[in-house]
Amino acid sequence: MKNKWLAAPYVVWMALFVVAPLILVVIFAFTDKAGGITLDNFSNMATYIPAFQHSFVLAIAATVICILIGYPLAYFLSRESLMVRKVAMMLIMLPMWMNFLLRTYAWMSILDDNGLINQFLANIGFFNLINSIFGTNLQYIHMINTQGAIVLGMVYNFLPFMVLPIFSVIDKIDHRVIEAAQDLGANGTMVFRKVIFPLSLPGVLSGVTMVFIPSVSTFALSRLLGGGKTLLLGDLIEMQFLGNAYNPHLGSAIALVMMVIVLVMMAIMNRFGEGEEGVAVL
Amino acid sequence: MSKELIRLSDCFMKFDDDVILDHINLYINDKEFLTLLGPSGCGKTTTLRIIGGFQKPTSGDVYFDGVRINDVPPHKRKVNTVFQKYALFTHMNIFENVAFGLRVNKVPDPKDPKRMIKVPESEIKERVEEALALVNLAGYGKRSVNSLSGGQQQRVAIARAIVNRPQVLLLDEPLGALDLKLRKDMQIELKRIQQQVGITFIYVTHDQEEALTMSDTIVVMNEGKIQQIGTPEDIYNEPKNAFVADFIGESNIIDGIMHEDYVVGMYGRKFKCLDKGFAPNEPVDVVIRPEDIDIVPEAEGQLTGTVTEVTFKGIHYDIIVDFKGFKWLIQTTDYSPVGAKIGVKIDPDGFHIMKKSQYSGTFGDYSSYSSEYDELNEDRLEDEEVGDEE
Repeated sequence: MKNKWLAAPYVVWMALFVVAPLILVVIFAFTDKAGGITLDNFSNMATYIPAFQHSFVLAIAATVICILIGYPLAYFLSRESLMVRKVAMMLIMLPMWMNFLLRTYAWMSILDDNGLINQFLANIGFFNLINSIFGTNLQYIHMINTQGAIVLGMVYNFLPFMVLPIFSVIDKIDHRVIEAAQDLGANGTMVFRKVIFPLSLPGVLSGVTMVFIPSVSTFALSRLLGGGKTLLLGDLIEMQFLGNAYNPHLGSAIALVMMVIVLVMMAIMNRFGEGEEGVAVL
Repeated sequence: MSKELIRLSDCFMKFDDDVILDHINLYINDKEFLTLLGPSGCGKTTTLRIIGGFQKPTSGDVYFDGVRINDVPPHKRKVNTVFQKYALFTHMNIFENVAFGLRVNKVPDPKDPKRMIKVPESEIKERVEEALALVNLAGYGKRSVNSLSGGQQQRVAIARAIVNRPQVLLLDEPLGALDLKLRKDMQIELKRIQQQVGITFIYVTHDQEEALTMSDTIVVMNEGKIQQIGTPEDIYNEPKNAFVADFIGESNIIDGIMHEDYVVGMYGRKFKCLDKGFAPNEPVDVVIRPEDIDIVPEAEGQLTGTVTEVTFKGIHYDIIVDFKGFKWLIQTTDYSPVGAKIGVKIDPDGFHIMKKSQYSGTFGDYSSYSSEYDELNEDRLEDEEVGDEE
């Protein structure tokens, strides 16, 4: 058991940069500027309930959309040949190698009122057509600086984290189990519903975790794609540490509450997964 | 045996440029226990998968009860399969595994036969419990798949496959993953289940002992061709060629000449035998089973040789004897030391005469015999089986 010392560097790292900051966050959350213990940080939070609502609603929307897009993609990909799978995986990962901000700026210029999409629609005469049919005076579709644009940014940035775990779980399902289900009389739909989908749930659960958590705490997206109109938790917390509203105590308290809510949600979801289908969450 | 149930008619199967099945013709009777026996890559699993509907022959036809079923998908066939490595549904408990076949199928409503309804829950419960009782797993319904041993999982796989009351059960090397003792118990149990349920079993294995123990009919296959079809006794006692003789049990296969009816010559001597119907002086393969050879004092022997190797096997000794450069395997309870000169005696019914075939000269010599080598060889074959028949 001497080898356990090999883990020492990471244990030290974790203590210094994971556990210690967490303790600091807790201490900050329960103290005021003078250093006295207080619960004011939490009672003051009521003002920010809309930020909580926006963050969770948009993150849930992004997660659901990621499942709807990512699951079928992962499912059909798992049945393709090795070559197709390799190329597709590469394409799915490719955007992740590009800087996050750069990708988001690209979306800004795509979604802008004078952006790529609107210019394209104008050039093919889409607006003229619509205007001549409905008698309207449509010059562009407003997409940038909306909540929809924020959700789009989340989906675009985090979709690979949904596809990859689902794909790897579906890919590992023993083909004989599927044949066994067919053999016992299940048609294609039933094989999927009663065998493939339940067996792929662990992948969906880890995908949800990996999409939902970064989505709920994201901060740059709402400013860049949402025009700063929708205050999200990530922005709110950032403001408490770096912005004009400097108040690390309140920021810590918000961060702590967000963490607890996320933990509770994950716990409920994992329990649901186990109870319903008897799968162990990876 | 009763009427014919399944017929494979001139089934040919090619994968890329490899011929997997070479024009197979085979019929299978109702309520029969038929075993497809052969080494890995011989086409036995492919044959089974064609009957199950998981693969289509490149050419040729499959008939079930007189109806051509080439294009009928697996879920519409009246056959069920017990898969290699069981393929149980790990996300369901034992009860739900067995109930699966009943839950996905619809049955005619007894009140209105034109309507199809789900199987009522009470009937599902009854039939699942009946199936679990049949495989001696009554009361295991609530357990999870992973809490069961290999042997128990195997029983669940059988219960799951018979709960739909198929006319035919296909079994693809179902005992391959079990240890020897358990395998022997399950052989007897499978035979009992087959007789109790009264349906056709088509069983795939590379284990000749398993085939001999359970089958009504054995189909020996090699290189995509059927080598011999017969009862276990036929196959063992009257092998058709050197491949069958070597694959089923141990065999010494010696070049011989059939001088006339009932007289075979080898090593320049004539021996009495019970075979006839060959051309005068026709070259033949002579099969002598290791247990049909008696060791006698050198002077009394029909042939004399030198012992080169002795292995204790429990019930008997495996003795390798050199007869003029050709090594025989003899199984005997009498010990002879290495280097001893011995004589052997073979009764006329100990000789089995076969026509020369493509396999002549490739089997039945024990020059490179080693008991360890044999075992290694078998393991290797099993590994290959999973890979190359996929």
